[in-house]
Amino acid sequence: MSIPKVCGLETEYGIVVRGIADANPITSSSLLVNAYLGQYSDKIAWDFEDESPGTDARGYRAVDARPPEVETHLANAVLTNGARFYVDHAHPEISTPECRTAIEAVVFDRAGEEIMRRAMAAANAALPNGEVVVYKNNSDGKGNSYGCHENYLIARETPFGRVAAQITPHFVTRQLICGAGKVGCESHGVSAKQVPFQLSQRADFFEEEIGLETTVKRPIVNTRDEPHCDSQKYRRLHVIVGDANMAEISTFLKVGTTAILLAMIEDDALGDDLILADPVCDIRSVSFDPTLRALVALKNRRTMTGLEMQWELLRRSRGYQRSHGLKSVGHDVGDLVLARWEEALTGLESDRSKVAHMVDWVAKERVLQAFRDRHDLPWGDARLRALDLQYHDLRPERSVSSRAGLERLSTDDEVAEAVHHPPLTTRAYFRGRCLQKFADDIVTVNWDSLVFDTGHTSLRRVPMMEPLRGTHAHVGRLIDDSDTADELLRKLGA
Amino acid sequence: MTERTQKQRTTSPPAEETTETAPAAAKQGEKIKADLDDLLDEIDSVLEDNAEEFVKGYVQKGGE
Repeated sequence: MSIPKVCGLETEYGIVVRGIADANPITSSSLLVNAYLGQYSDKIAWDFEDESPGTDARGYRAVDARPPEVETHLANAVLTNGARFYVDHAHPEISTPECRTAIEAVVFDRAGEEIMRRAMAAANAALPNGEVVVYKNNSDGKGNSYGCHENYLIARETPFGRVAAQITPHFVTRQLICGAGKVGCESHGVSAKQVPFQLSQRADFFEEEIGLETTVKRPIVNTRDEPHCDSQKYRRLHVIVGDANMAEISTFLKVGTTAILLAMIEDDALGDDLILADPVCDIRSVSFDPTLRALVALKNRRTMTGLEMQWELLRRSRGYQRSHGLKSVGHDVGDLVLARWEEALTGLESDRSKVAHMVDWVAKERVLQAFRDRHDLPWGDARLRALDLQYHDLRPERSVSSRAGLERLSTDDEVAEAVHHPPLTTRAYFRGRCLQKFADDIVTVNWDSLVFDTGHTSLRRVPMMEPLRGTHAHVGRLIDDSDTADELLRKLGA
Repeated sequence: MTERTQKQRTTSPPAEETTETAPAAAKQGEKIKADLDDLLDEIDSVLEDNAEEFVKGYVQKGGE
């Protein structure tokens, strides 16, 4: 049986400082993170002890692969909602807490945006001559890309080769339902004249089918094997191929459809007859063709459009729903994913404007096209590139996406709550609540442990190796009823 | 999924998917166009003043 699809999103944001020439992005990212944290007294350091991003899921490391560096000196903190807020390379980044469903992932992804907005306000109060602005996109249009990564809990016993081969057709074609859209093209040898607008922010940057890298020679399937939980039982599939989304339905479908297909792969219910012959080529051709006629070629010599592949994956998911049920992604949420997936594909096939409230690239293309028509602009006009960037601008007064009629799945109240409070349904609850209540006694935090200093001779580490232990149901009352960290640790038997 | 968030969520697709009739669709079409016109009016005021300079200045370091 497939295991619960605990999931989360890590988003690197673009950052600029208006009014200050040549601002160092590492400095401005640190300013942003520290300004946010400075509002709260309970700063807790991140514990790097268990970080091993160089471990490869295939059990070996390619000789020419460079493991990502762990930057221990930059601003880095964990928040009371269980999220991590830090500087990665030259970008501010937020990792959501572990979520149990795609809907929770939407809410905490939105909470991440709200945290960024509050961080901008705090940073700009300390910066009289400049303005820090962050963008939730994945490319600067000049060949530089930064990621929005997804994470899914999968069973260790599922052969990784099967996961990689069978999820790839989805990674190549899901752009149709969750691509964020981009003006122009950054692939070598392809001009913006040939590709004035494409479905994905990221497709230009993928050069390998599978591999460990994340910053160069990016692979469609990333093999980083760093589960942040019991490595005998679990893997964390680290997905780097997606776009950061502004449309909540796009985020919901991105996470929800991928979670269902991974559950199917665990149950060996997806089949291996959809394997692509050349996914690196296909991911671009699908992205480059907003008419949706581009064909992908299967290893068994069939060809189909990206849309046909998506319909086939949906059809098989419906079959899985009937044969196995969708418990591992949450029954109700799974049903909603399939319904909205079908609605998106139906709209894309018949009348695209019907899904402009759901799918980012369609919403963006609609605004761009209307703006072009009104001002009679060629695709190369800088105003269209500016519009593209501003689609992802988090400032309410400059945001284009917030004006584009996108449907909400979350409410403002839920998002405001999620800025400070963890999900109830995963170990993030224990992490967040302990930080809310016992911050003074916590020395360091990691995804899979908390270290307490309660004045005894030795520090006490509480391991959290099970992502679904430490939920509100498990420890809510225990934490509520404990007046001190000592008392809590005693009750936990730690 | 928290109880709190589940209560407030609607799970049905937009009404026009199921209850659309021809006149309603035309009306919906007009509304979308009117909304788009409003949006474009607003975008003219939202867009960065010097688009060329703004786009040129938007340079990021690669990440991940």
